[in-house]
Amino acid sequence: MKRRKFDVAAVPARTAGALDDRFSAATPLRKLLNKVFPDHWSFLLGEIALFSFVVLLLTGVYLTFFFEPSMAEVVYNGSYAPLRGTPMSAAYASSLDISFDVRGGLIMRQMHHWSALLFMAAIVVHMLRVFFTGAFRKPRETNWIIGSLLFWVGFLAGFTGYSLPDDGLSGTGLRIASGIILSIPVIGSWVSSSIFGGEFPGTIIISRFFIAHVLLIPGLLVALISVHLGLVFKQKHTQWPGPGRTNENVVGERMFPRYAIKQAGFFLVVFGVIALMGGMFQINPIWYFGPYEAWVVSAASQPDWYVMFLDGSTRLMPGWEISIPIGDGYVIPPLFWPTVVLPGILVGLSTMYPFLEARRLKDYRHHNLLQRPRDVPARTAVGAMALSFWVVLTLSGGNDVIADKFQISLNAMTWAGRVGLLVLPPLAYYITYRICLGLQQHDREVLAHGVETGIIKRLPDGRFVEVHQPLSAAEGHEGLDYVGWVVPKKMNRLGALGPAVRGFFYPIEKPAEAPVSPGHPPVEPRPEREEISSGESRH
Amino acid sequence: MSTHIEHQAPQGREPLDVNDPRLSRFDIVQEGARRDDIEIVHYEPQVVPGSKAERRMTRTVATFFLLTGLAATAFLVVYIWWPWQWEPGRGGDKWYTPLLGVTLGIALLAVGFGILTWGKKLLPKEVSIQDRHDQPSSSEDRRITGETMLYMADELGVRRRPLLGASLMAGLAPVGLVAAAPLVGGLIQNPHKNNQMFTTGFKPVDGKKIRLIREDGRPIRPADVSVGGQLTVFPGVDGGVSNKYADSPTLLIHLRDGDAEKSRVANARVGHGDYMWGNYAAFSKICTHAGCPASLFEQQTNRLLCPCHQSQFLITDNAKPVFGPANRPLPQLPIEVDEEGFFVAKSDYTETIGPDFWERP
Repeated sequence: MKRRKFDVAAVPARTAGALDDRFSAATPLRKLLNKVFPDHWSFLLGEIALFSFVVLLLTGVYLTFFFEPSMAEVVYNGSYAPLRGTPMSAAYASSLDISFDVRGGLIMRQMHHWSALLFMAAIVVHMLRVFFTGAFRKPRETNWIIGSLLFWVGFLAGFTGYSLPDDGLSGTGLRIASGIILSIPVIGSWVSSSIFGGEFPGTIIISRFFIAHVLLIPGLLVALISVHLGLVFKQKHTQWPGPGRTNENVVGERMFPRYAIKQAGFFLVVFGVIALMGGMFQINPIWYFGPYEAWVVSAASQPDWYVMFLDGSTRLMPGWEISIPIGDGYVIPPLFWPTVVLPGILVGLSTMYPFLEARRLKDYRHHNLLQRPRDVPARTAVGAMALSFWVVLTLSGGNDVIADKFQISLNAMTWAGRVGLLVLPPLAYYITYRICLGLQQHDREVLAHGVETGIIKRLPDGRFVEVHQPLSAAEGHEGLDYVGWVVPKKMNRLGALGPAVRGFFYPIEKPAEAPVSPGHPPVEPRPEREEISSGESRH
Repeated sequence: MSTHIEHQAPQGREPLDVNDPRLSRFDIVQEGARRDDIEIVHYEPQVVPGSKAERRMTRTVATFFLLTGLAATAFLVVYIWWPWQWEPGRGGDKWYTPLLGVTLGIALLAVGFGILTWGKKLLPKEVSIQDRHDQPSSSEDRRITGETMLYMADELGVRRRPLLGASLMAGLAPVGLVAAAPLVGGLIQNPHKNNQMFTTGFKPVDGKKIRLIREDGRPIRPADVSVGGQLTVFPGVDGGVSNKYADSPTLLIHLRDGDAEKSRVANARVGHGDYMWGNYAAFSKICTHAGCPASLFEQQTNRLLCPCHQSQFLITDNAKPVFGPANRPLPQLPIEVDEEGFFVAKSDYTETIGPDFWERP
C-alpha cells in the first residue's frame, strides 16, 4: 500500500474545514472575531469584578477541599499552640487547619477574602460609572437591574462566607443577623427559628450557610453574570461621544486580537494584585478571635466594608419601638427599620431608577452615547446625595474606632452621624448641582471665546486683558457647539505647546520642537492629528 | 506595510471576490469586517518592523515573560523548602505566606504586563466603526411572530375548550405546592417549642434553684466579686457554659454602697424589690437590641455598653437604655445566696432575653 505523504501545513485548514462541515461555525465566528468594542479606561471597572469573581471561584473550590461545615464540638489539637485544647466547632477547627496545617492554605484563604472585597468594591465603582454617565438608560435598564441584584447577591455571598469559619467575630455577626430576622413583624421569630433550626445558634446553621455559599449563591451569581455579559454583548457597549461617534455606531477596536489580549493581560494583573494582597496583607486573622462564644465580644468589631453602611444605620437609629397594644401586646423593634426597611428601600430605588428618570424626563429613546456627569446636573447631584448618605452610614459603622483613635466622645460620633445623615445629602445635592452648572458654563465659555493663553495684553487705554485663542478658525467666530465631549482648555491640548514627552523613567522619544513662545504657532506645522481616535488617546 | 486606510462609504458596494489571488490577507480581513458592517477606518502599525523601537519592545515583553518564569520558580522553591509549620515567636514560618504572595503576585503581574505590552505596543492600532443595528424588529416581523404565537393558542384551542385550561391550572397549582411543601415543611420550626424564647438556663429544674457558675464551672460566693467588680456567670446546668444556652450569659455586678442604694430604689419602682442580693445585681448580658453581649462595664458611671452598636444601659436604673439604638432595659435576674453560700437564681428571668421580636409581650 502506498503511503500518502502527510502534509503538516494543511492540517489546520483541514481541521477547520472538518469542524465547519459539522458545526457551520465560520460565519458566526467571523462575526465574533470582528465585533467592535469601544475603549475607555472606565469600561474596565466591571471587568475587575468579573476577574475577581473568577479568582473567587478558583480559591473557593480549593478551600472546600479542607473546610468542614459542621458545628460538632471538637477539641483543637492543631499546630497553633495558643488555642490547643480549646473546645470549638469543627468548622472553626478546620478553618484553623486551613490557616496553619494546610501548606499554602492561608494564602488561599486570604486571597479568597481579598478577592471578595475587591469583587464588591469593583461592583460599586462600576455601578457609579454606569450611573454617573447615564449608561443605564434605555435599552440597558435590564442590565442595570441585574447589576444592582449582583451587588445584593454578592452581599449575601460575602455574609454567608464570612460566617463559615464560626470564629468569635463571625459568630457575633450571625447573632446580629438572627436579631435582624427576629425584628421582622409577625413572621420574624418563625423565620429565625426555621433558618437556625431552633433557638440561636442551634447546630445546623453552618451547614446550611455552607451549601448556600458554595452552591446556591455562586450558581445565582454565575447565572446573573452570564446574562449581564450576554446583554452587554447583544446590546453592544455604550461609548463616549466624540468625533465620528453617533448613537447608531460603535467606534473602537475589533475584539480580536488587540482587545482580547488586553483583557487577558488585565485579568492576570488583577489576579496578581489579589495574590500580592493575599500574601502580604493579613485579613480576618480568625485565630486571634477564638471560637464563637455567645458571651464574648470585643470592641471595634466591624463587618466587612460593604456591610458597614448597614451597621452604621443600625448604630444611628434611635431606640424607637412601636408597641401595638392588642392582646398580650406586640412590638416592632427599632432594629427593623435600619436593617430590613432601609435595604428594601435601597433595592427598590436603585433598581427602579432608570424608569423613574425616563418618566421624569419623558425620554423613551434609545441611548448609546454616554453623558458627561456635568451635563446632567440633576442626576449627578442625586448620585452625590446617595454617595454622601452611604459615606455617613459607612463611617458610622466604624464610629467607635474613629471615636477611639481621634479621642472623640462616642455619643458625639453617633449624634454627628444622625445629624450628618439628614444634613449632608441635601447639601451634597446642592453643591454638586452648582459645580455641574459651573463646569457647563466654563465649557460654553471656552467654546465661545477660546482658550486662555496666559498672555496679558495691555491696551492703549491702559487696561489689561488676557489673549484668548479661539477654537474655531472661522472669522467673526460665533463659537462652536458643545457636543458632549471634553473641551480643550489648555494651550498644549491644542498642540500649541509640545505634548508631554512619553516615557516612564526616561524619555522614549525625542521631545517635540517647542514653539518659540507660547501662543505663537509652532515653527513647523505639526503632523496632522488623526481625525478619529479611540477614547484612550489624548485630545 | 503601512496600511493607512481612508474611510470609505460602505453603501452600494460590490462584495469582493475573496478568491481573487491579488488580494492580500488584510484585504480579506477588511472585506470580512465589511460584511459585518464594520469599517476599519484607521489601521496603523505602531512599530516599524526591524526597527530599534520594535526590538526594544520585544525585549521588554520577553523580559516580563522571563521574570514570570523566575518568580514562579521562586514560588515553588518557597512552597517546597521554606519552613511553613507554625512556631511560637517570630520565626521564618511567618514569612511563608508573604513570600508565596510576593512570588505568585510577581509571576502573575509580569505575565500580565508582558501580554499588555505586547497588545498595546506591538500590535497595530486601529479604529473600526460598526453599525449598531439596535432598532427593534420590523413591524412585519413583530406581526408574524405575534400571529404565530396567537395561532399556537388557536391550535391548542384553549378558548374553545376552556375546561382544559381551567383543569390544567387547577391541576398544576397543587403541583407547585408539592414542590414547596417539603422545603417549607422541613425547614419550619416552631419558635415557641418548649417556650424556648421566654426561658433560659436559669429556669428552676424540679423546683431546684439554679446556681450561678463561672466560665470554668465553679459556683460563686459573694466574696468572689470585689466591690465595683463584675463577673460573667452562667446557669449551673449541663452545657450551661456553652452556646447551647446562648441566651443565658449574665453579668453579676457588685455595686458600691451608694449605687446599690439607687439600684434598690429603682428596682422597687418597677416591682423588682427583691431582685438584688445585698449590693449584688445580675443582668442579662445579651443586648436587647441585636443580641451581642453587652460587656463593656464602665465602673464610674455604672453604664454597660454593647460594643456592637453602642447601646448604653444604666445599671443603677434597672439597666434602662440611656443612649443608642436599644429600646428596652436588660432583663434582671433575681438572685439570692443558698444555704451553702453560693449565688443562685431565685427564678428564671421575668422578662424576655435578647433581641426584640413581634410577639414579645
